[in-house]
Amino acid sequence: MPEQDPKTRIHNFSEVALGYNLELAITEAKRCLQCKNPTCQQGCPVDVDCKTFIRFVAEGKLEEAYLTIQKTNSLPAVCGRVCPQENQCEGSCKLAPTGQPIAIGRLERFVADSYYAKHPCDDDKKQKECIGPKSRHKVAAIGSGPSSLTFAGYLALRGIKVTIFEALHEAGGVLVYGIPEFRLPKKIVHTELEALKAMGVEIKTNYVVGSTLNLQDIFDQGYEAIFIGVGAGLPRFLGLEGENLIGVYSANEYLTRVNLMRAYKFPDYDTPLPRGQNVVVIGGGNVAMDAARTALRLGAKKVYVVYRRTQQEMPARREELHHALDEGVRLKVLSSPVKFLGDEQGKLQKLVLQKMELGEPDASGRRSPIPIPGQFEEIVTDLAIIAVGTRSNPLLLQATPQLKLNQRGYIEINPDTGETSIPNVFAGGDIVTGAATVVLAMGAGRKAAQEVAKRLKLTA
Amino acid sequence: MGFKIVKKRVLIPGRVTEVVFLAPDIAPTAKPGNFVIIRVRENGERIPLTIADKNPEQGTITIVYLVVGTTTALLDLLQEGDEILDVCGPLGKPTKIEKKGEVVCIGGGTGIAAMHHIAKGHAEVGNKVISIIGARTKDFLLFEEELAKFSAEVLVATNDGSKGHKGLVTEVLDSYLANHTVQEVVAVGPVVMMKAVAEVTKKYNVFTTVSLNPIMVDGIGMCGACRVSVDGQVKFACVDGPEFDAHKVDFDELMHRLNSYKQQEELSYKQFCECHGKEKKN
Ligand SMILES: Cc1cc2nc3c(=O)[nH]c(=O)nc-3n(C[C@H](O)[C@H](O)[C@H](O)COP(=O)(O)OP(=O)(O)OC[C@H]3O[C@@H](n4cnc5c(N)ncnc54)[C@H](O)[C@@H]3O)c2cc1C
Ligand SMILES: Cc1cc2nc3c(=O)[nH]c(=O)nc-3n(C[C@H](O)[C@H](O)[C@H](O)COP(=O)(O)OP(=O)(O)OC[C@H]3O[C@@H](n4cnc5c(N)ncnc54)[C@H](O)[C@@H]3O)c2cc1C
Ligand code: SF4
Ligand code: SF4
Ligand code: FES
Repeated sequence: MPEQDPKTRIHNFSEVALGYNLELAITEAKRCLQCKNPTCQQGCPVDVDCKTFIRFVAEGKLEEAYLTIQKTNSLPAVCGRVCPQENQCEGSCKLAPTGQPIAIGRLERFVADSYYAKHPCDDDKKQKECIGPKSRHKVAAIGSGPSSLTFAGYLALRGIKVTIFEALHEAGGVLVYGIPEFRLPKKIVHTELEALKAMGVEIKTNYVVGSTLNLQDIFDQGYEAIFIGVGAGLPRFLGLEGENLIGVYSANEYLTRVNLMRAYKFPDYDTPLPRGQNVVVIGGGNVAMDAARTALRLGAKKVYVVYRRTQQEMPARREELHHALDEGVRLKVLSSPVKFLGDEQGKLQKLVLQKMELGEPDASGRRSPIPIPGQFEEIVTDLAIIAVGTRSNPLLLQATPQLKLNQRGYIEINPDTGETSIPNVFAGGDIVTGAATVVLAMGAGRKAAQEVAKRLKLTA
Repeated sequence: MGFKIVKKRVLIPGRVTEVVFLAPDIAPTAKPGNFVIIRVRENGERIPLTIADKNPEQGTITIVYLVVGTTTALLDLLQEGDEILDVCGPLGKPTKIEKKGEVVCIGGGTGIAAMHHIAKGHAEVGNKVISIIGARTKDFLLFEEELAKFSAEVLVATNDGSKGHKGLVTEVLDSYLANHTVQEVVAVGPVVMMKAVAEVTKKYNVFTTVSLNPIMVDGIGMCGACRVSVDGQVKFACVDGPEFDAHKVDFDELMHRLNSYKQQEELSYKQFCECHGKEKKN
């Protein structure tokens, strides 16, 4: 797929992957074997009928292709961009062993983008075909990340009135506050949200469930079922000396300032942002890559990603890691942070690292890092971003003591229905699994929606 | 849904303003100690402001703000009938209010407004409330009359001696504690003031609550911008606080962190003043 050149793209926030045109898409779709027993669909957590939609693309029937995808996936433009396809649909494609599986994600993205370009179901351009709720039932979703959006889309499509309560001023969850513009343009998320609104989904922002109102208040307002999709947004810190110095950030804060608050446009936008010169990102996952690449785009001279093990063990998607390296992000592997050092004004100056080596494989088969005695390194830095994971946000959970949690502090559900310990209250996404992926969150939203549809006696 | 301003009252010209606005979903659940996060315009920042009062019948809440930078200046441009773009709340843990006897409530600057809601809560459960308020000069004192309605005494300190004791609120507090037995001291105001109050009350071994004002972004525990050290542990002021045991707070760290964006804040405010100047000319 065509991409922006790394030298150009580190100076802008525009999307890195440029997407197919019609000709490239048809060529790619025609490669599909249209297998008798396709395996691609099994690899997709939301069960997209890949074979059929790809056939429509090959025939140039983009509208039909879109409607095929939309049957099971309410956020195709998003998934086409951020799904770890190599482990999912493409990983399961019959052509995967050849090293050249069908580029299902890219095709999905192309189909969704083309459809939305033709059908702007925006508020200002109301289309006749936009449907509204037809049934007297109403249900609610809490949080507006991909799990809730899918839950809402599934039921809205079946004529149910859905209201989403979101704590922040903008809907979309991690899609708007976490994943950067250059991987997932906000415009795409906005379009997907408009498509939902056109189906009658209502989104109420600035509603913190657990404080502005609680679950009982929602039931009292006549909602028959509630889906909790509040994500796992509480950032983890390292517990090291100097961690509260000026210039030490959680990845959540750094990315929220940039993405949700558009601080990269400061001072045209009011939220300020540190523009580090020598940036250190701690962690080895997708979030670390996003933070590192964002820092580069904001003008950092050097950006290091510090990781305890080696490049091989990094949990980040290969594609994102390579994008980062192409752009000039440097890796500092086998290094573990020990403490942050600052000046008298409390500003970060240095990070001290303990050098590590890989020991024997542990029970999980992974070689665990062990410190090399006496070997330390100092890096000069004015901005450190901690991307070592998140935990469940306790706000709603503490306000709802009846909600049963598992040992890790996430919501316990019935795996068959998605229902929590409170009747007619469902949950899914990161608040159930811990930090996972967009499409898994969507799968969970869909499962709960199916159960709700069944209980409301709707035909699936 | 709009958060329409129903009343705007200038408390100290050019400095402190009180705004009452419609927030029918927040008013019924707002408690003393809670705050809201507001955003004034589409490209605006999210800032926390304390809920200084509420009227659940009319569905309104009251905020009192000091104009210090871009967002508070933008807020100040809004008039009665205008709407605040986003208001999220009530946030933070409410003040622990129980009947315990005598409570001294100290407010400095705009902190007096926040302290007012807490003091009122203490009075409502039957505690004897002594209010101590301080400012540079008498024209900068706030809520004296309102506090007098439910306080056993309102003691005043001004730096220039234009009213009450000449000097700091902590001096008034010190002499009060020397002669009275008090169950709790509550302090809301500039960090330096809260730190000084904590030092005084430590001497008398009186339990003391302070309401911290770190920089915040989301206000619901998702970013960690608001983290403070309390008893050597990291706490998020927006969800674990904003009130903490004053004797355990690392005030110096908080003072440092409040300066994180000094340069950018000045730049932003300068740009605001230039733009606003231009608008006026047109
Ligand atoms: C930087 C980053 C990059 C990522 N990259 C990828 C990727 O490339 N591919 C991929 O598949 N996954 C990626 N992920 C993971 C993916 O984004 C998440 O797994 C997914 O968004 C989880 O969805 P969710 O529906 O559980 O909730 P979230 O997206 O977490 O949304 C939860 C929403 O609930 C709101 N909320 C929280 N509490 C309350 C409350 N009390 N009341 C009301 N609302 C509330 C929050 O404000 C938020 O908007 C990434 C994550 C991050 C942070
Ligand atoms: C829980 C909480 C409750 C608050 N309640 C009130 C209130 O009721 N009334 C009120 O006037 N203010 C209150 N504040 C402080 C208020 O949030 C800040 O004054 C506001 O964010 C400033 O925004 P600005 O864009 O106008 O100025 P900025 O440009 O952000 O800052 C301008 C100047 O103000 C200082 N400043 C910035 N943030 C803060 C802060 N959080 N505390 C103190 N000084 C700061 C800066 O150092 C700078 O000198 C509260 C803060 C918190 C955390
Ligand atoms: S939703 Fe994700 S996994 Fe499923 S087909 Fe689309 S890109 Fe592949
Ligand atoms: S498995 Fe691959 S080749 Fe076969 S139908 Fe699916 S996408 Fe086409
Ligand atoms: S303001 Fe973000 S965690 Fe408190």
